[in-house]
Order: sequence, then structure tokens, then C-alpha cells
Amino acid sequence: MSDEAKAKAEDEAVTIPAQSDGSAGTATLTEGAARGETLLKVTGLQKHFPIKKGLLQRQVGAVRAVDGIDFEVRSGETLGVVGESGCGKSTMGRLITRLLEPTAGKVEFEGKDITHLGVGGMRPLRRDVQMIFQDPYSSLNPRHTIGTIVSAPFKLQGVEPEGGIKKEVQRLLSVVGLNPEHYNRYPHEFSGGQRQRIGIARALALNPKLVVADEPVSALDVSIQAQVVNLLDDLQQELGLTYVIIAHDLSVVRHVSDRIAVMYLGKIMELADRDLLYKSPMHPYTKALMSAVPIPDPARKAAKSERILLKGDVPSPISPPSGCRFHTRCWKATQICATTEPPLKELRPGQQVACHHPENFEDQAPQDVVLLSDAKEAAELVAEDALAESARTSAAVAAEVEAAETEAAQAEAPEAEGDTEAAEKAAESGKRSTESAKPTPESVKTAPEDGEKSTGTPKKSTGDAESTESAESAESADEEPPAKEK
Amino acid sequence: MTELSKSGAAVGEPTGTSAAPSAFLEVRDLKVHFPTDDGLVKSVDGLSFQLERGKTLGIVGESGSGKSVTSLGIMGLHTAGQYGKRKAQISGEIWLDGTELLSADPDHVRKLRGREMAMIFQDPLSALHPYYTIGQQIVEAYRIHHDVDKKTAKRRAVEMLDRVGIPQPDKRVDSYPHEFSGGMRQRAMIAMSLVNNPELLIADEPTTALDVTVQAQILDLIRDLQKEFGSAVIIITHDLGVVAELADDLLVMYGGRCVERGPAEKVFYEPRHPYTWGLLGSMPRLDRDQQERLIPVKGSPPSLINLPSGCAFNPRCPYADVPKDDVTRTVRPELTEVGSKHWAACHMSQEQRERIWTEEIAPKL
Amino acid sequence: MLAYLIRRLFAAAVMLVVIILVVFCIFFLVPKWAGVDIALNYVGKQAGPDAVEAVRQKLSLDDPVVVQAWEFIKGIFAGRTYASGGDVTNCSAPCFGYSFKTEQAVWPVLTERFPVTLALALGAAVLWLIFGLAAGVLSALKRGTLWDRGAMIVALAGVSLPIYFTGLLSLAIFSYGLGWINGEFVPLEDSLTGWLGGMILPWVTLAFLYAAMYARITRATMMEILGEDYIRTARAKGLREPVVIRKHAMRSTLTPLLTMLGMDLGALMGGAILTETTFSLPGLGQKVLDAIQNQDLPFILGVTLITSLAVLIANLVVDVLYAVIDPRVRLA
Repeated sequence: MSDEAKAKAEDEAVTIPAQSDGSAGTATLTEGAARGETLLKVTGLQKHFPIKKGLLQRQVGAVRAVDGIDFEVRSGETLGVVGESGCGKSTMGRLITRLLEPTAGKVEFEGKDITHLGVGGMRPLRRDVQMIFQDPYSSLNPRHTIGTIVSAPFKLQGVEPEGGIKKEVQRLLSVVGLNPEHYNRYPHEFSGGQRQRIGIARALALNPKLVVADEPVSALDVSIQAQVVNLLDDLQQELGLTYVIIAHDLSVVRHVSDRIAVMYLGKIMELADRDLLYKSPMHPYTKALMSAVPIPDPARKAAKSERILLKGDVPSPISPPSGCRFHTRCWKATQICATTEPPLKELRPGQQVACHHPENFEDQAPQDVVLLSDAKEAAELVAEDALAESARTSAAVAAEVEAAETEAAQAEAPEAEGDTEAAEKAAESGKRSTESAKPTPESVKTAPEDGEKSTGTPKKSTGDAESTESAESAESADEEPPAKEK
Repeated sequence: MTELSKSGAAVGEPTGTSAAPSAFLEVRDLKVHFPTDDGLVKSVDGLSFQLERGKTLGIVGESGSGKSVTSLGIMGLHTAGQYGKRKAQISGEIWLDGTELLSADPDHVRKLRGREMAMIFQDPLSALHPYYTIGQQIVEAYRIHHDVDKKTAKRRAVEMLDRVGIPQPDKRVDSYPHEFSGGMRQRAMIAMSLVNNPELLIADEPTTALDVTVQAQILDLIRDLQKEFGSAVIIITHDLGVVAELADDLLVMYGGRCVERGPAEKVFYEPRHPYTWGLLGSMPRLDRDQQERLIPVKGSPPSLINLPSGCAFNPRCPYADVPKDDVTRTVRPELTEVGSKHWAACHMSQEQRERIWTEEIAPKL
Repeated sequence: MLAYLIRRLFAAAVMLVVIILVVFCIFFLVPKWAGVDIALNYVGKQAGPDAVEAVRQKLSLDDPVVVQAWEFIKGIFAGRTYASGGDVTNCSAPCFGYSFKTEQAVWPVLTERFPVTLALALGAAVLWLIFGLAAGVLSALKRGTLWDRGAMIVALAGVSLPIYFTGLLSLAIFSYGLGWINGEFVPLEDSLTGWLGGMILPWVTLAFLYAAMYARITRATMMEILGEDYIRTARAKGLREPVVIRKHAMRSTLTPLLTMLGMDLGALMGGAILTETTFSLPGLGQKVLDAIQNQDLPFILGVTLITSLAVLIANLVVDVLYAVIDPRVRLA
């Protein structure tokens, strides 16, 4: 009850400035959320879709589409969200625009909690938060003219722009690069790219602060994609828009985004500034995802060695893997990955990663060195060069950090330098995980894991042992099924 | 016919209808037209190319460029599904291993289908029959062309599933398509198309419906299998990245015609057609430093009923006014050789194009 | 598969109970609300209040509807005795009610009439399936041609012409005019050929209507299926076109038709009233017409329940067949 009252009060608070239009909108933008301030804040956001079965529609489980994510969108920036199908990125988009009701967590827009606002409570916010959809063919009502479609937001919000709705709509059409005289035409008279422009014009009608675009270009032809990407770019520059762009295409996301979130099975795996993410990805999944993108350069045809192939398919979001969700397909996964979920930590300024054994950085769980059997299978599909490089960079970073640490503090930890350090750490951790082995390359111990026998080689000593192994496996890869189906 | 003579002559082949070419697959002046209420849709309008065994040809184009219709035409499936009146009209020549397919007995072509030439489609879920198991569908494909009992055929199916990397093939053979994931389905589809060791494999957007990590797996598989089977492969896609991974030769289609054709390296590094430049400039690339802006092609793809006169690309071409006398709008450009085995259809002179590419386009990519 | 079957059976049983309750409400409660005295209706307008009260007691009309429904359900399995003072009427085991209008138990009348209706429906179904499917498939394959247009015009006629028109027309031509067929119904026990002779016109008339509907649906479905990707795949394998149609396209076309068939057959079990009346067949339909005219509630109730039961069973069979044809259904 009190919540409702509160929501109502808040509604009014928002509605009052919303009464004045247009120019006032930009005014709030400058005063309310200056560039760089947090516009949208998401904490612990969850969305579980219940699965019901039987006559009585009992709930037998849930699709955990979004399963606890935190991020912020700052005013004026573009946050890109990438991931494979089923990773929850579209659900996330619908949650932050409140087209869906979150199961748990909190969504704050300009400091105001909008998590559980009802339709009425959301109405004033609909001006500020707009969405662009993937399919330009089905997101426009075929029976309405372009004029009607683009002017609908004005009518719904009861806003009368200066000079009348028609004039404003025609201005919007020319802003997105359409002929204003097409006001009375119907969607079927336009091509896919033009329809997407209409969708953008509609989204921009009320001068929104945040535009959430779900796969805005993936249904378009290559040459048209570029037109729309450029249009989004220009509009951001001119209107100071903030974007959340959801897409599966990593090259498009890199092109448009300032920061990028990589999602996998309802979780954010890595959230980083664009250049950091693409130059030195830390999460193995990010790395695999990027290496999988085919490069339009025939000279790299032979450079297959850089590729990291992931084995099998994304597991079901109904029962996601324990611990780190990526551990079933990760070539670096150890015991801790199967049991403990890594938190999303800012390891480097501007780069948050949820991983125990990040690439390009110091290992977060160096005591845990026994690879899971899954990881060994996965490693067989990773190109040798990639493995070697990853080992090199990790070792280099670790050494660097190690050196810095020993210098700074008089180490209470009796760690030796160089290669033996890992060995000691592992030995130390022996009391926790009895199955972890001494990191000599020869030692192959068995580790009970899910009732399965799994052999482990020490992680740090990738050098010779690992590369010969992957050389062998390269031959046997043909017979070896690359995936483990459930 | 005139365009054909150019490209045909380039290989030193006479253009007479009866001469069998030396290439494994040769398409000469292929035209596929569909009569509709609104007019004649010229999906493919005079296309010629050759392909050798063990080589991969990439056909690149946007939607409506005629790339898929070309593949259906080669397979003899362009009229499939069209009953009653208004069948598609096809003309030209398609030589497969010394046989001209368009003039051959349709039943003979049917027997080649699946055995000599096979096809993989874009969406494996809709391309597999939902009511039959994967095994049943592969067995059927095998038994059309091999007189064996069901048991033998099923053993062959399991063997193929194993070969394309499906785990527990002896169990999965009895699964239905909906019980497979997208990537597994495409693997099964590939197993089915390769079950008869075809010499020509046509893959129509084989990875478009798949996630990028699965795409990498499938491209890897196609590459390995081609090495193993030594077949000729045509890969049809809109994704320049995918063709760069696989193709030896490249054919760029626009409005049902070939605008540029040549070895992949040539087309990527020294493209000689403004549309190819447009494609290259349109895509953001992961392997380069961040581009400031993409260079899109203005306008939209043309209607196949009413192609622009002259060069079909002229309304979208930034250089349409470079050649004199409005020739781009009145005369259809022929494919001309611009380098070794490299052809492009553009009215601009070689020198002009070379200059524009090196000075204006390439630095911005 | 077994779990699926059990689930379906359970659902059907629950559905049946619900139907009985609903039907009971409609037949006994609604007249009460409307102020119509059922008992009065039973004994006739001239009867004295005593007789009305006797009937009321005999039928236990004063009990709550749920109790009445329970009595009815019990009667189906255990038989039932209607008693009011010394006046006792027995209705043995499968008791679907007792008609006080005709002084007959409902069940024996149903069983006597049902075979004719069943024979009519099944015979017609065979005909309409054969002709409907054939015409639909051919039309789909020869779309736009003269054959297609002709077939669809005939189908349109079939759908729009009422049975009593086509029925009487066929009787006039083949029976009275040409004299080829004896239009009278002859029981099967008496003569097979006579029975066939009597049934052929009703079959054809009924089948004409349904064949027309089925042909239109088949044509539309077939055309849609032929555009599917998996049909293209089948052709790309090198299958002969007839095999593509038969093995790949037909199987998918059958699924929506199966649903229709289940519903139609079920509904016909209550009697093809028009057909049976037109051809004077002693099926359920004719009896239903009588019962409605006489306001013979127990009989109408019985027929309604039988029809519902038939629809339920038909649906059950369709569901199972569906699962056999379409493996995706088994999961759901």
C-alpha cells in the first residue's frame, strides 16, 4: 500500500517537469544527468520465466534468462551488450525498458527506482526511455501510415510539439534521412533499411534520454547496416543520446560502443571499455567469442591457429552449470570454477571480469591448478598458438604483479620467485583440495569430479607438456566428439 | 549472350552450345526469370563462372542479388514447388563434369542431385523434416542412390554423423531434428549432404542462422571435409568474413548479375568495382583499428523487376558520373579482365578505378 | 509415450465429469431458473398436483443438482430405480436416464439407433477422405489450372449447398428418376446389398459436404507445405517428385486434417439429423428430432452425453495419432 502511495508520489514528481515539453526535456538532461553521470543503474537484476507443466500448471522449473547482473549506463555513452542466442541479452533489454517485470533486483533510472512501477507509473518514463527493435518488418503496424506511427508517441503522451505534430513528425523523418513527404505512405512501401529508420524516428519523437536498441541492424543487408550504424552515431552526437545496444555481432558492437558487456547464460562475464576489451580480453569466453568472428581477409585463411573453438553448445539456462557458468566449455577451468562462482570484479580500471583464471592478467585462484576433464577436452580445440600465448601473457602479468608485491610488502607469504612459486602455492592449497597435484609436468593425478574420474595436469606449467598434448589431440580431434551433449 | 562470350572467351572456350568445357563446373550465361503479376523478375540475368574440383567459390551478395536462385538453378530446383502455370524460365548452360544439365533429361538430373551435387541450407531446423529421425533422413538420402538394405544404410548414417562430430552417433541417429541444437542440426545436415560423396557441394548461407562460436565450428568442419572429400564447394553468403575463411575464388553479385569475379585475394585486396568497395566499406572490422565511420552504400538494393538501365548499380554508385556521356545510365557494362583471372563490370577505366581504390577507398578501410 | 497416453486419459476422464455436470445444470437448473416446472412437463398439462408431486419425487427433482448428477453417474454403472410410493420403475445397468414421455429407458433406444448413425458417419468419412484428399492434393499440384478452378468451384458448391437440397436432388435423380437405387433403408441383417443400396445415397450426400471442406483445407495446407524448406531438401536429395509428395508433403498435410476428422466424426455420432431425416434413416438423428419436439429431456440428455463422449474419445484417438505422426507432440 505504502509502496503504491510512494510510487504515485513519485509519478507526480516526474509528471510535473514532463508537462512542459521539448526544450524542457533537454534542460532536465543537462541539469539532471550531466554527461558522464549514471543514468541507469542495475543491481542484481533477475528474470526467471517459470516453466509450468501438467493439468494444474505446477511450476517445475524456470528459465533463468537473466540471473543477477549489475551494471551502470552513464549519460551520453553507448553500452554494447553482446552474447550468443539464449544468453539473456534481449530479456535484459526488455527489463531495463520495463517491458518485462524483473523477478528480483533493482533498476534505477536517474536515481529513481523503476523496478516495480506499473503501467501508469512508467508512463512518464516512457518519454525518456525508448526502444528500437530488431525486425523492421514486424515492429511497424502495416495498417498505419508512417505519419501515424511516428506521431503516436506524441498522442500517447499528450504532448503537442511546437508547430504541431505533423510538422514535428516531418522534421523527425528528415532527421533520420527519410523524405518528409512520405508522411502518408505505409510501411510496406519502404525497404528494410528505411523501415528501421522509421522505427528510429518513432523512438526519437519524445527526445528520449536512453535508447535501448535490440539488434537494430541484424535484419538488414550489409550495405544498409552501415547506413543505420552511421545514423545512430550521428544522432548520438547531435542529440546527446545514451544508447544500450544489444547485438550478437561483435564487429558492429565494437564499432558503436564505448563500453561493452559480454553476457553468457544470464550473467555478465566481462564488462569493459571497448579498447581494453578488444585489445586484451580477460575472460576466456570473451576471447573465444572474438576469435570466432570470421575476419574478411583471405590472408588469414591459413591463420587457423589463432582460433579458439568452443566445444559443444551453450548449456540450458534452465539448469545452468554450477560455479562459473562457462566452466563446462572453458579450457582453463579448474575445481574452483565448478564450485565457486567468480564475482564480477574490477581487475583493471575500466575492466570488470568474472573469472578465476583470467587471460591477460594475474590468476585469481593460482592455488587451484588441476584442470577439469572438461577443460582438457576443451583445450584440445584451442589452437596451440592461442594456448601458448595465453600462458605467456598470464605468466608475464603474474610475474609483474608478483614483483610489485614483493617489492612493496615484506612478504609474509614464504613464496619463492619464478616458476616454483606456483608449485608452492599448489602444495599449500593441498589441504583444501587434496586431489590437487604437485605441478610437475609428469604428475597426472585423478580428481573425483561429479563421480567422474578426471585427470588433471597442472595449470601453470603449460609449456612442453601441454603443447605436445594439444599436438596429439589435434590428430585425434577428428575422432573425438567435440561436444558433450546432455 | 554477349557477356557470356567475354568470360567464356577468357578461358579460351568457344561459345557454341555443344562444346563441353574442361572445368568441372561451368556455368554460361545463366538466366533464371520468374513471371509474376507485377512483371518478370530477373533473379539471375546472365551469369557465368567456372569451378574446379577441390576449389571453393564464394558467391557474395545482398538479399535479392540472385545468389540463392543461382544455386537452385544449378541443382535444377528453381522450378521446384512451382506447380501449374507460371514456371520459372531458365536459359544458358550448366556443365557439370561434362554433362549439360539444362538440356539433359530431368530424370537424369534428378539422379545427379544428392549424388553428384548436394546442398546445405541456411536454416537446418526448417530444412530437416520434423517428423522423421535424423537417421531416417540420412538413410533415405543414401538409399536413393545406393541399392543397399536399410541396415547398411543406417550404419553409413552413423558413420557420417560420427564424421561430422556428433557425439554418440549410434544413439543420436534415432533422434528427431527438434532434439538437436542448432549447431548439431547443421552438422547433421552436412552429414546428409555428404553421405553420397558428392563432387559438388553448395552451401547456401550455411552459418547465418547460427551463433558465432557455432559458426566457427561449422566453417572449420566444412573446410576439413572439403580437404578430405576433395569436392568442389560453392559457398553463398552475405558475410565477407565467411567467404574470406573458405573461398579460393569470389563472385560478387548485384541485381542478378556478376559485377566482379576473381581470386579471393584479388577481390579483397584490389577490388575493381564500386559495389565491392561499398561492401568492404560497410562492414566494421575486428582485425583493424577502430574506424571512425563506416562508408555505406547509399540507397537500397534495386528491384529485380525494374533494374536501373545501364549499370544496375548506377543510382547507388558515387562514381556514376566519372565515365563520359552518361554511359553508366545507358549501356550495360560487360565483365572485362582487370587482372589475371580477375574480371569486373564497370565503365570506369582500369586506371581510374585503380586510382580511386588506392587513393580514396583503401586508406579509409 | 505411455505417460503421454495416461495423461491424456486422465484429462479425458476429468473432462467427462465436467461435461456431465454442465449438461445437468443446463437441463435441470436452467428450466428451474426460468420458472419452468420440469415435473409438470413430464406428466402433461392436464395432470393434477398429486401426479406432479409424484413425478417430482420419483425423479428426485428436489435434490441439489450435484446429488442428481451423482445419481445419474451412479446409474450409468449400477443401474437405477425410480420410485415414488408404490410406483417403481427399474432402469438397468448402463442407465442413461428414463424417458417418461415414451416410457422407455434411454440406453436401449440409443443402442438400437446408434449402429445406423455409426455406419452412416464412418461410411461417409471413408468417402470424403478419399475424394477430399485426392481433390485437394491434385488442386494444390495443378494450381491455377482449369482442373484446380473446376474442383474448387465444385467444392464451394459442396460447402454451400444444404444437405436437404443435395439429398433430395440425388433421391429425385437416382431413386425416383432413374430408378437405379432403392432409396429405402434395409437393415443389414436382412440383406447386404439392400443395406448398401439404402446407404449409398446418404453416404454420398453427407460425404459431398465434408469432402468439399476437406478438399479446400487439403489444398491450402498442401500448398503451404510444398513451400517448406524440408520439401526442398527432399528434392535436393534426388527423390522422385511423387515420393516427395507422398512421403514428405502428405505426412505433414495430414496433421491438421486429423484434428478436423476427430471433431467431425465425434459430432456426427450425435446423429446426422438432416441426412437421416432426408433419407428416413432410423438413426439417432431422427430420434433426437422427435425428442426435441416432445421436450423429452432425459433422451436429449442421454444423446448429448453420448455425443460428448464420442467427441472426447475421438479427440483422444486424434491426440494419440498426432503423437505418432509428429514426434514433437510427445514432448509437450
